[in-house]
Amino acid sequence: MTEQRFNKAGFDEKLASHKLMASRCEECGRMYLPPKPMCTNCYSDNLEWVEAGTNGTLEAFTIVYIASTAMIEAGYGRENPHCSGIVKLENGLSISAQILGVNTALPETIKIGAPVEAVFLERGEGEEKKTFLAFDVK
Amino acid sequence: MAKFRPLSRGVAVVGAGMSKFGAFPGKSTRDLFVEAFLEMRDSVDKGFNPAEVDALYIGNFSSDLFEGQGHTAPIMAEWVGLAPKPAVRVEDACASSGVALRQGILAIASGVADIVLVGGIEKMTDLPTAEVTDTLATASDMLYEIPAGFTFPGFYASMATSYMHKFGATPESFMKVGIKNHENGALNDKAQFGKTIRQVMDDKIAKSEARGLPIPVWENEIAFLQDARANPIIAWPMRLFDCSPISDGAAALLLVSEDLANKFSEDPLYILGTGQASDVALHERENLTGLRAAREAARQAYLMSGVTPADIQVAEVHDCFTIAEVIAIEDLGFFPEGEGYRAAETGVTGRTGEKPINTSGGLKSKGHPVGASGAGQVIEIWKQMRGLAGDRQVAGELEFGLTHNVGGTGGTCTVHIFGRR
Repeated sequence: MTEQRFNKAGFDEKLASHKLMASRCEECGRMYLPPKPMCTNCYSDNLEWVEAGTNGTLEAFTIVYIASTAMIEAGYGRENPHCSGIVKLENGLSISAQILGVNTALPETIKIGAPVEAVFLERGEGEEKKTFLAFDVK
Repeated sequence: MAKFRPLSRGVAVVGAGMSKFGAFPGKSTRDLFVEAFLEMRDSVDKGFNPAEVDALYIGNFSSDLFEGQGHTAPIMAEWVGLAPKPAVRVEDACASSGVALRQGILAIASGVADIVLVGGIEKMTDLPTAEVTDTLATASDMLYEIPAGFTFPGFYASMATSYMHKFGATPESFMKVGIKNHENGALNDKAQFGKTIRQVMDDKIAKSEARGLPIPVWENEIAFLQDARANPIIAWPMRLFDCSPISDGAAALLLVSEDLANKFSEDPLYILGTGQASDVALHERENLTGLRAAREAARQAYLMSGVTPADIQVAEVHDCFTIAEVIAIEDLGFFPEGEGYRAAETGVTGRTGEKPINTSGGLKSKGHPVGASGAGQVIEIWKQMRGLAGDRQVAGELEFGLTHNVGGTGGTCTVHIFGRR
C-alpha cells in the first residue's frame, strides 16, 4: 500500500476509481479541493482524505472555440467547442471542470446556478489512459 | 493585509521608451529591447550615462518557451552595455514588468542602487497560435485548471459569464470597451492594431470590393462585432475583438532616487505609491467578478500615496480582455461594483470623459507582449503627464496617474501611482 499523498498524483489515483476527493485538516476541519498537503489555515500537517461530494451548482462557464492542444487531441476545437466551468459543490468547495449536457451552440440557454453532478471521463489508451473530472448539467 | 510602510527613499521616473508593439519576424527580444532603450535614452531631458546605471530589472514571462531562450537578463544587460552590473529577470506572468518596476523601486528605496533600468520584453509571434495558447496557459494552474479544458480567454470569459449573471451586463457591454480602446489605439503610432473598429470594417468592405466578393453590410460597429464571421468566438462570450493580440515588444524605464531626479529631468514623474498582492486559483475564490489581488495592491498604493481613486486623472489598466477592464475599474475604486460595464458606453472612460482609461489603446489595441505590458503602461502615463501624447492627449494639467498590471487570472497584481509634485 502506497502512502496517501495529498497531491495531484493522489488526487488522480482517486479520480481513476471515480471518486472526487478533498483533503481535510484533522485539527481545524478546513477542507481543500484541490487537496493540499498542509493546512493553510492552521498550518497543521495532519490531514485526511474526505469525499468532496458529487453534486453542486454551476458558478461560471465559457464555451471554448480556440482550445488547448490537449483538448484538440481529445476532439474539441472550433468545429466542436466544449464548455468549461467552475462548480461549487454542496459542501462549499469549488473546482474547475469540463461541463457536459449543455447546448454549446446556444450559450444563452446555459444557466449559472444550474444543478450539476460529477462524471468521470476516460481519455487515452493503455499507459496513456487518464481519468478527467467533468460535471453533467442535470 | 500588508502593513503600511512608506518607501525609505523616494523614486522618480526620468526616462521612458518602447519599441513598436506588433509582429516582427526576424527580430528577437534583444533587438526590441535595444529599440526601447534608445527611445528611453533620448527621452531623458538632460541625458544620462549608461555606465552609471546600478542594476537592471527586466520583466519577461516566457522567453524559454516563446524563443527557446532562458536566462535573458544578462543578455539584455549586455546588449545595452550594462555588464557587469547585476541583471535580474522577473517573472510573474503578464505582470512581470509591473513587478520588475516595483523591484527597481525597492532597490533604490533600499539604498543599494541610485539609478536603475527597468524593462519588459516578450517575443510571442514565432509560435503558432495553439502553442501560444499552451504557453500562456502555463501562467495558470497546470495541474488542476488546464485539465478542465480552460484557456486564458476561457478564464476571463468565465469571469464575464459570472459578471453578466450578477449585474445584467451583456456581451455587447464588453464590445463597447473594445470600440473605445481601438479609438484610442488609432491615435498611437506604437499600437499593433492602430485602427478604429470603423476602420477595420471599412478595410473589410474594401477588400471584398477589390476581390469582387459580395459587400458585407453592418448597420454599425456593434453589428459588426456581433457577426460571427467578422468577429469569431474565442471563448464565449469573449470574441476576437474582446481579446488582446499576440504581440512582440519591449519597454524601458529609467528610475532614479528622488534626490537625483532634477539632475536628469526637467519634469520627473515621481512614484507616489506602489502596491502588490497575490491570490489563489480562480476556482478557489469567493468572488469571480473582482480580483482580490488588485483590490489589495490598490489599497496599498492609495495608502502610500495619500491619493484617492477620485484624484486619478489618467489610468492604464490591464485590459487583456474587455471584461478585464470592466473588473479593473471597479477594483481600483473608480466605479462601484457592478457599474463598471456601463462606463465605456456612457463615455466616462473615453479620452474626453471624466475618467480616461487606456488612452494608449490598452493591451487590446496597443498589443500585449505580456512581459513588456506593465512597463509599457508607464510610458503612456509618462507621455500623458508630460503633455507628449499628441492627438490622444488628455486635456488639462495632469497631476496624478495610475497603472494596474495583472498576472494570470489575478494571481499577481501591481498598482503604481505617479505624480508630478
